Amino acid sequence: MTFEPKIVGFLCNWCSYTGADLAGTARIKYAPNIRSVRVMCSGRIEPTFIIKALFEGADGVLIAGCHPGDCHYQEGNYKALRRHRLLQRILPEYGVEPERVRLEWIAASEGERFATIVNEFTEQIRELGPLGVKESLAEAMKDDIDHHEEHIEESGAANEA
Amino acid sequence: MKLKGGIYWGSGCGGCDVAVLDIHEKILDVAEKVDFLFWPIALDFKYDDVRAMDDGEFDLVLYNGAIRNSENEEIAKLLRRKTKTLVALGACAHIGGLPSLANYHTKQSMFDRVYSETESTDNPDGTVPLEKSIVDGNGLELPRFYNTVKTLDQVVDVDYYLPGCPPVPQQIVNALTAVFNGELPPKGSIIGAGTRTLCDECPREKEEKEISEIKRPLNMIPDPEKCLLEQGLICLGPVTREGCGARCINSGVPCRGCYGPLEEVHDQGIRMISALASVLGPKEEKEIDAVLDGIVDPLRTFHRFSTAASILRRKMI
Repeated sequence: MTFEPKIVGFLCNWCSYTGADLAGTARIKYAPNIRSVRVMCSGRIEPTFIIKALFEGADGVLIAGCHPGDCHYQEGNYKALRRHRLLQRILPEYGVEPERVRLEWIAASEGERFATIVNEFTEQIRELGPLGVKESLAEAMKDDIDHHEEHIEESGAANEA
Repeated sequence: MKLKGGIYWGSGCGGCDVAVLDIHEKILDVAEKVDFLFWPIALDFKYDDVRAMDDGEFDLVLYNGAIRNSENEEIAKLLRRKTKTLVALGACAHIGGLPSLANYHTKQSMFDRVYSETESTDNPDGTVPLEKSIVDGNGLELPRFYNTVKTLDQVVDVDYYLPGCPPVPQQIVNALTAVFNGELPPKGSIIGAGTRTLCDECPREKEEKEISEIKRPLNMIPDPEKCLLEQGLICLGPVTREGCGARCINSGVPCRGCYGPLEEVHDQGIRMISALASVLGPKEEKEIDAVLDGIVDPLRTFHRFSTAASILRRKMI
């Protein structure tokens, strides 16, 4: 079975989601791997959302907001940028390739650009392969076994008898 | 009737046990109300004494320390069966604490480092601790050393949490008083801490200021009145639960996050990325990176006490 990347996209309401909408109304074809979540501002996207998405099975996360200077709330996209720069520093420490979390500025008029980025990103993640956080966690803990457990069960059963 | 109590340490440093003794003369009030039937650091009882007890015979057990090996887990499960109320005492039992920083390594990499690679190691035969070994025909058994450090509630059901590294003695008194008076909050609650952030109880002056340089406590003497974060020190106050009385902060030391995250926060360390990035000044990538270069080891700084309780819990293998 070929690997189909699961990508979560957090798109800001004012620019990027509208840009994605434009790609749709313009009938531009793009990779169906992205699951878009509309948020009011890229500044609302907490790193927790991104980490949670990766933990729950996303292979990549796209954050998209208004171009610098265009934020509907003045400063939100700068916050997103700073969070992204900091997050990029910690992802490798988890063993997660930083390329899996991508930040892009996509304006409401850039439907074409949205499609191109989604296609590009999907291919990039396809090359990186599945992330598999939960599988890795299970693998890392498979030998962490309290082997007294059975013993206790036995003695418990013996007591009852 | 006196209550039956126990205190146990898993993977901890003993600081929580000492914090219990740090309630000073109030320990006499506690001794009046509680018979301690199990407290390895202070009294000589054996695991078999606990095994011989009835299920639910303890009224209260305080478990401090994280789950690092099979012994920690075994005793956690044993005590869970034997007690009516189980309290996770201190940061390690609550959110993993310092021992869970080892989750950024593996058992193998730690054993390699400790038993062969350190500069002072002389171990030509490559001897490492074994779970089972035979010496002169006698079998010896050691607990299994886990790959991943866990919080107490990742192995057993926990009734209450008393955070802190260590918990403030007064908060221990408050919690014990609540137990004695039967005034405990709903199961699963944090006892002995507040519900707001540490910033809310921090007495320092805060203004709206953008940070343009990250500093370290060893390189500066902070202003005694002003917010430490605004002075460029990494202070985890914005993402940490109040309740400690701002002990560190009042001594000029930034918060390291031992009281853990607030309600509804899934990951204290990741939340700090959000909080810190919000107050940084620069808007250009290069300038941002220059400021971020000042943070030594951001992941472990933000997750100093909470790695085991964080979303990803460990480094991927």
